Amino acid sequence: MSSVNTASATLPAGAGASGLFARLRSWWGDVWVMTRRNLIHIRREPMQLSDVTIQPVLFTLLFIYVFGSAMVLKGGGSYKEFALAGLLVMNLTTSTVGTAVGLSMDLTTGVINRLRTLPMSPTAILVGRTLSDLLAAALCTTIVVVTGLAIGWRPDASLASVLAGLAVGLLFSFSLTWANACLGMSVAGAESAQGIVFIVMFPLAFVSNVFVPTQGMPAWLATIANWNPVSAVASALRTLFGNPNPSSTIQAWPMQHPVTAAVCWSLLILAVSVPLAGHLYRRRTRD
Amino acid sequence: MRRTIGVTGQDATLDDALSGRQNLVMIGQLSRLRRAEARRRAAELLGLFELEDAAGRIVKGYSGGMRRRLDLAASLMMRPPVLFLDEPTTGLDPTSRQRMWGVIRGLVADGVTLWLTTQYLDEADALADQIAVIDKGRVIAQGTPRELKAATGSQLLEATLTAPHAAAAAALAAFATGAVRVTDGGCRLWAPVRSESGLSTAVLRALDQAGVLVDDIAIHRPSLDDVFATLTGATPSGEDPTFAAVPYHQTPVREDGGVRDGEITKGAQA
Repeated sequence: MSSVNTASATLPAGAGASGLFARLRSWWGDVWVMTRRNLIHIRREPMQLSDVTIQPVLFTLLFIYVFGSAMVLKGGGSYKEFALAGLLVMNLTTSTVGTAVGLSMDLTTGVINRLRTLPMSPTAILVGRTLSDLLAAALCTTIVVVTGLAIGWRPDASLASVLAGLAVGLLFSFSLTWANACLGMSVAGAESAQGIVFIVMFPLAFVSNVFVPTQGMPAWLATIANWNPVSAVASALRTLFGNPNPSSTIQAWPMQHPVTAAVCWSLLILAVSVPLAGHLYRRRTRD
Repeated sequence: MRRTIGVTGQDATLDDALSGRQNLVMIGQLSRLRRAEARRRAAELLGLFELEDAAGRIVKGYSGGMRRRLDLAASLMMRPPVLFLDEPTTGLDPTSRQRMWGVIRGLVADGVTLWLTTQYLDEADALADQIAVIDKGRVIAQGTPRELKAATGSQLLEATLTAPHAAAAAALAAFATGAVRVTDGGCRLWAPVRSESGLSTAVLRALDQAGVLVDDIAIHRPSLDDVFATLTGATPSGEDPTFAAVPYHQTPVREDGGVRDGEITKGAQA
């Protein structure tokens, strides 16, 4: 039995300790291992990343040059200046679909059964997934901003304000990642995840002030769009970037306080979807 | 609990997009091994399972046998004192199967307590110290392979005579637990017998006293297939090696240690 009893000796010191710090450190270790594993997946199949690399460039160019050519903004300002923040938010919104697809793939392949037998923290699977998707969102943000700068978009605000805008966008993306984790675990497989999520995410992204000011919409639709979290985030980014923001004249509370509204929406989505994701994960992995 | 057990199911639980080594290191790290220790242990197991050459390739391209071995290696990253194996050789070619048997014997020799389920009775016979036969979710018999075979009672004695002899059947009948059959024109006699010490000597002596010349005497022990058939009331036919009474493929070993339907469970202890 000698080779067996060495098992305890190979455990890192403190792994069995009940100290909060030790537990937190081993939890973070698990999260990091899972995050790295997801990044290796991306390296193996770089096309997985097309929704945060190629798609943002295409959408940015398409909307600004094709639709932008016929757009006249009420209250003045160039469509390019107006659209970029919107395009960034749209790309961040739709690319969170990747979380649902990736997670449901993990849950339907055998690897999850292996992970369940390990003494790892089960939440590390969810957190590792959302963290690697946050990194993908950061890449998406960089690409949209660089594309924007290349075609002449300019923020009219301090660097700190612009960075704050990007942070608000990423926070929102992170919250949607968790919402998508919930959707991904509620459906049977990766294909259904892709389908269902598009039904949810596309209307969410489009019924908003992302591409056009809501003032021109029918009243009922404008009301929905003004209270859509995506509109609050797009307005917040426009405000922080110092770009034209026609929604600032709308009386709806989120349009009057877009930064507060964007952060509140994100925190609210996180507050609901993080515990829900934990619950769904436990239900999904229970026999 | 999770620190002390390892589980290997029928379906490989590997990450297809990672290499064999990356799989093992990841599992080692998630089992709370330090990174360096996880790498060292992974290298050791890849060697033990003859997977060194494939270690850097992604698992998607592995053959069935390689996946099984890597999967078992994954279960061993933590050196669990108790290991559950669910049909470790199902679907493997004969070479891979022999290799897997070798690995299993090595583990038991190292002091690992092994629980495995199998539908191959020869596998249970070859590997197990203790066998439990499970039919429809209930343990219907358990013991060592020898005990199980003895428990069904019927060994078959085969006597080959130099020439047919009228007194031979009567001499054998004294030992038989059932009817004595005569074949090959009286040259070959078959008698179901119960195992007891000195049986062959006693039979030979009785035949000798009856004046019968014996060329050959053999006692056929039942195979585990016969045992299983006797226990479950199913009749194994020559053409069809699967057992009607055995519900096919479920996951017999669950996290709570419960064992589900229909398979032979084997525990080997050092």
